[in-house]
Amino acid sequence: MPSSTDPFLLLHSIGKTFASGVTALENVNLKVNEGDFMSLLGPSGCGKSTALRIIAGLSNPTSGLVEWRGAPLRQNDIGFVFQEPTLLPWASVYDNVWLPLRLRGVSRKDAAPQIAEVLERVHLTGFEEAVPRELSGGMKMRVSIARGLVTQPRILLMDEPFAALDEITRFKLNNDLLELWAERGFTVIFVTHSVFESVFLSNRITVMAARPGRVFDEVAVDAPYPRNQSFRTSPEYAALCRKTSDALVDAINATAQDLEETVHGDH
Amino acid sequence: MATTDQPGRAAPALVIDPEEARRERRRKRERIGSWLLPLTIMGLAIVLWDRICVWNEIPQYILPRPGVVLATVIKDASLLFSSLMVTLKITVLSLALAIAGGVGLAVLFTQSRFIEMSLFPFAIVLQVTPIVAIFPLINIYVDDQTTKLLLCAWIVAFFPILSNTTLGLNSVDRNLIDYFRLNGASRWQTLWHLRLPAAMPYFLGGLKIAGGLALIGAVVAEFVAGTAGQSSGLASRIIEAGYRLNAPRLFAALILISLTGILIFLALSWISHLVLHRWHESALKQEH
Repeated sequence: MPSSTDPFLLLHSIGKTFASGVTALENVNLKVNEGDFMSLLGPSGCGKSTALRIIAGLSNPTSGLVEWRGAPLRQNDIGFVFQEPTLLPWASVYDNVWLPLRLRGVSRKDAAPQIAEVLERVHLTGFEEAVPRELSGGMKMRVSIARGLVTQPRILLMDEPFAALDEITRFKLNNDLLELWAERGFTVIFVTHSVFESVFLSNRITVMAARPGRVFDEVAVDAPYPRNQSFRTSPEYAALCRKTSDALVDAINATAQDLEETVHGDH
Repeated sequence: MATTDQPGRAAPALVIDPEEARRERRRKRERIGSWLLPLTIMGLAIVLWDRICVWNEIPQYILPRPGVVLATVIKDASLLFSSLMVTLKITVLSLALAIAGGVGLAVLFTQSRFIEMSLFPFAIVLQVTPIVAIFPLINIYVDDQTTKLLLCAWIVAFFPILSNTTLGLNSVDRNLIDYFRLNGASRWQTLWHLRLPAAMPYFLGGLKIAGGLALIGAVVAEFVAGTAGQSSGLASRIIEAGYRLNAPRLFAALILISLTGILIFLALSWISHLVLHRWHESALKQEH
């Protein structure tokens, strides 16, 4: 399997405080290995999206350091998939996938082989000329993933990409994403609030707690890949889900206790 | 995997329940009614106009009969249409300048909040001050007749384009802006590939308003200027006809102005449809 033990990305005591005074992240340390499928799991407000934005370079940490190991990171090396498909509504599927290459100066024609390849990988061959509103939610997300992968990034950052989809579509996209990941061997950081999704997909789960956002626990998901539909109903999966769910409940309770203490402290 | 729903048009062989059949009939009636009704009412109004003239024996110099007006349009065609061309030229030129000025300023505004804060009040002042009140000043400062009219029509027409385009350029999905940043897009690339296309529906909405206003501006400006020269527009024809109590020609000129306004609106709506029909909510056909 693609995962190795060489650290690829290290977060050193990352903190983020907004001008409003809200502390989104406090002392976050994280190690992501090359080829990892790491999920950031936590309740809303635990700063998992903020952490992802800091890793992407869309936001700067107030304190701490983001360190990339290995070959120097190029702009192409980070792919990003948002919660919404975030496509250009006026552009065709083809042009949407072309966009990141276009911004790097690759002509429409020169990009054709790469676009055709990645569209085939996400099962969208034949839909090149459709515009986003002609597609279903799941297909739009596939376009978004294709756009994220067309630059052949070393790491794919995904911010709750399947949260808005129905369960059947989500399962299908989960399977396809794992397939792509196994084939191409990129690293994934996957933000989610679903225990089941994180266990199915990842080899490591980082559980985060809120107020302030921090790393609370880590769960190793040592079930072997490839994982498929039968894994979803296996006792092993159920046990891992219970373990992860317990960790998540503890993280949520930790926040509740902190809040109680603050409230009592104030009075 | 299927694309979106196909249009829900019932094929003849299809078995549908009475409710659906009723809905389908209503849709058909509405489709026909949408053009038949206005045409019928318009026709009736013209007949009524004609009857009122006849029943009350209204003299032609007060209210001419529709037939007379139509005859005047044909009889005075060369005079009226050359005037129409003058008015149309001012309208189209001022609209083009309004697009250039409005979009240009809007793009400038989105480059810096501070520029917007500094200049937007001026745009509002220009918009809220009645053009009729500004015109005497323009009359003093500008010599050339065409330039005067152009300036007037421009002032009236450019604001809706400016304010709509500014709104559009600022109404871009935050995530898409982040996505462009993530991909190292330059300011120019973000403007060209993201902000301008995203502003298109807003711009086209402003353009539809501005098209009508440019015509109004061109006519009003000529009214205020009041000079009937060799190459004067439809407003001069109306003033002139008013002095001579030539009511049929006055009506003829008026009708030409209205028709021009309608044509401008239809043309701009058509352009808007062409640009937006595939992707924007406003241009989607309602099926149910």
